[in-house]
Amino acid sequence: MPQFLLELFSEEIPARMQAAATRDLERLAGAGLSEVGLAFDRMAAFAGPRRLTLVVDGLPLLEPKRKVERKGPRLGAPAAAIEGFLRSAGVGAESMVERDGAYFVLSETGGRPTEEVLASITSSLVGSFPWPKSMTWADGDLRWVRPLRRILCVFDRKAVPVAIGGVVGADLSEGRRFTGQTPIFRARDFDEYREALAGHFVVLSAEERKQRILDGARALCAGRGLELVEDPGLLEEVAGMVEWPAPLLGDIDDRFLDLPPEVIRTTMRVHQRYFATSRAGELAPYFIAVANIEAADGGALIAAGNARVLAARLGDARFFWDEDLKVSLESRLRRLEGVVFHDKLGTLFDRALRLESAAKAIAPLVGADPAAAALAGRLAKADLVSAMVGELPELQGVMGSYYARAEGIPEDVALAIGEHYRPRGPTDRAPTAPVSVAVALADKIDTIVGFFSIGERPTGSKDPFALRRAALGVIRILLEGRIRAPLKDLAAICGAAGADRGALLAFFVDRLKVLLREGGRRHDLVDAVFALGDDDIVRVVDRIGALSDLLDTDEGANLLAGYRRAGNILDAETKKGPLPKGEPRGPSGSPQEEGLRLAIATAQANVGVMTANEDFAGAVRELAGLREPVDAFFDKVLVNSEDPAERDDRLRLLAQVRETMGRVADFSRISG
Amino acid sequence: MTATTPLSFQDLILRLHEYWREQGCVIVQPYDVEVGAGTLHPATVLRALGPKPWRVAYVQPCRRPSDGRFGENPNRLRQFHQYQVLLKPDPPDMQDLYLASLEAVGIDLRLHDIRFVEDDWENPTVGASGLGWEVWCDGMEITQYTYFQQVGGLAVSPVSGELTYGLERVALYVQGVDNVFDLAFNAPQSPDFKTYGDVFLESERQFSAFEQGVADVAILKRHFDDAEIEARRLLAARGRQGQALVLPAYDHVLKASHLFNLMDARGAIAVAERQSYIGRVRELCKACALAWSAAEAAG
Repeated sequence: MPQFLLELFSEEIPARMQAAATRDLERLAGAGLSEVGLAFDRMAAFAGPRRLTLVVDGLPLLEPKRKVERKGPRLGAPAAAIEGFLRSAGVGAESMVERDGAYFVLSETGGRPTEEVLASITSSLVGSFPWPKSMTWADGDLRWVRPLRRILCVFDRKAVPVAIGGVVGADLSEGRRFTGQTPIFRARDFDEYREALAGHFVVLSAEERKQRILDGARALCAGRGLELVEDPGLLEEVAGMVEWPAPLLGDIDDRFLDLPPEVIRTTMRVHQRYFATSRAGELAPYFIAVANIEAADGGALIAAGNARVLAARLGDARFFWDEDLKVSLESRLRRLEGVVFHDKLGTLFDRALRLESAAKAIAPLVGADPAAAALAGRLAKADLVSAMVGELPELQGVMGSYYARAEGIPEDVALAIGEHYRPRGPTDRAPTAPVSVAVALADKIDTIVGFFSIGERPTGSKDPFALRRAALGVIRILLEGRIRAPLKDLAAICGAAGADRGALLAFFVDRLKVLLREGGRRHDLVDAVFALGDDDIVRVVDRIGALSDLLDTDEGANLLAGYRRAGNILDAETKKGPLPKGEPRGPSGSPQEEGLRLAIATAQANVGVMTANEDFAGAVRELAGLREPVDAFFDKVLVNSEDPAERDDRLRLLAQVRETMGRVADFSRISG
Repeated sequence: MTATTPLSFQDLILRLHEYWREQGCVIVQPYDVEVGAGTLHPATVLRALGPKPWRVAYVQPCRRPSDGRFGENPNRLRQFHQYQVLLKPDPPDMQDLYLASLEAVGIDLRLHDIRFVEDDWENPTVGASGLGWEVWCDGMEITQYTYFQQVGGLAVSPVSGELTYGLERVALYVQGVDNVFDLAFNAPQSPDFKTYGDVFLESERQFSAFEQGVADVAILKRHFDDAEIEARRLLAARGRQGQALVLPAYDHVLKASHLFNLMDARGAIAVAERQSYIGRVRELCKACALAWSAAEAAG
């Protein structure tokens, strides 16, 4: 079956945009093909530093024909209008039907050669490609991520004629530069293309480039008894910067090895995109750079050049380090006054004072020493005005902890300064040391409370102040450390206005749902548990876990059905008038009533004790025990007895079922 | 010169001049008002506006008062040199032309690793921005390569391609030297050999002291205000052919911009004032761009 091969060859595409571009390319091409009913067997897209490639296998030679209904003039329209309509549709009057007060024709469309369709799909996808940032060049008005230089567009081994923004499609592409041979080659199908690329020093697939980088880097490390420090984000980026990866090992000048390892690693990663190596868990004095060519000298010049550049960078870092050590963190605080945190939320100095008092107040809730927490909160942001953090913002916190240790500040405070931004993302660990926990919570909650108070709440995809990540951080710190600090208390400590507390809690509830969903757990139970008014995240999640276990069993599912049935009956009765008050009187007429009455009495007592002891697994076991008597009751007993006393007693029984279950969660909020 | 003798600093410049002259560039001289970047030379920032084709190359000494290290740091200078090329409109083989210029100065592209790394350029003070890369040679940034999209807040058409070579960096690379002051300024076999340090070290020392300590902030501030007033007055005035006096006005914008950098290096700009100063320069620059652009479009 015929194959379509498209390559959009441009000047260097930013690495960070390449993965999304392959997805967009497949999506746009897929949509274009399905719009005209062109089926295919397989589609794949690739991206590299200078090209986006799409291959579609198993296309037919002709676009399928399909019927399209067209609406014409209304009935009774002038004859000229009707004739014009028929002419434009290319059919005779016999094909016209009347419906809904107008004329319609069913005309046939499609049937174009597939290559013609592909040319039009190509033009439209190039014209509408969603690059995050695009540009024009020279005299043209076509937008692309960087100037588009070639289009290879081949269908069924023949070049498809396309011309977009002055670039004419052909069956030609270009390999890597600097090979000494002409980089231009011809390709008429994917196999030829891929092979020709390899012959011209281009690895088409990003996955394969990554693998080559890893294999090469590991081999270089193994030769020296080193370990490669894995860095998936860096690997992804580097694989987008080279067409023909050639990893090289370079030396870190040993004059700089006394700098903090984070400084060396970050300098290498951020400025130079080098991988770090380690030996016995410690940073080793070698780096791995990935070149785009295998030079004739084995890369000796390239490695030496990179080592010199790194030495110059580390020379700068040394200067910053030495300068920074001359100034104490406390004396940096005054300089924070000059840095605005946010127009309406004061300067970083104001924030340092807020963190000082918040961390101090949170300390007792998390088992930390209040004086240590206060000092750590006060100094947490001081490194933001250090030279090193100015140069490498990634090192915020980390540098603060080094500078704190250097001036003899106690270890728990220094550690807290270093850890208070954590967790920085889903793969980062949450701090566990008590002082660190106090400052990390104060930092995040102060941020959230502050922005809520000035009406800056995240909406849709917009969260410019990363409040969602902050809330998630709070939740993870509390959960992972099993820290029993009610959210409302924490918010109040950070100065949340009463009016904002409801919105704040709802915000945290939302984040908890996301966290549970991402962990593959039942987030729909969050509402059911939060409805009880508890804001102790640890307890809430324990409850959710137990509840989730219950609902996964047949017992639980049936019990939920029984609960809903009871709820429906009670709701219906409530509309007629107040429900009967008090305990069910018993002994009742039927054994099922009596059975439920006794089961409820036991469950009520046990559930009360167990929830008070936070034994939620036990409490749900008690509830599970209700399933049989509840089922039996509904099976045999008619609630709406003609005897009003009997009816009232049965309603009381159902109310008790609802109330008892309600001590564990609000089951009416559980979906599914 | 054989391939084994690396180019001296001055020969590097001469070689680039020869190369870009062959590409049809006019070779102009450095602008004689203090600037922080070669882009600010009117031959780039103003000529990038309007419809007329333009190819230019020149060296521009750039002053960055805050970067001064009193001549004590081997890699940092308060004044360094950019080699600036503007090709308007950018030709289809601009990357190849650029790469050939590296070969022309002695960088063997089969032995070195050249990379185009995303780096979109922006100069908020002159309302200019573009997309492009920093070009790496074995991990060292040697050139900023930009396709202008906006200048003075105005979209440009046609687009210009701009190359800014960091001359000291390229020279360090080509000569294999670690300390900028050790660079050969002229050829080592010259009858009177001079290093970069022989030529510029004393200037680094004196100007670092002036810029970071001795400069009188009150005077700088007064000069800034004067330059601003004068630039406005010039834009409102008319020349003999009835034109706005954009070029003299732009000189005063450059002066204001440099005075701002000096005040900044003296630590005399409070954070809150910063945006306001930058905004004042940008407004003036935008006014010059508008006036220039209108004149260019009119023919």
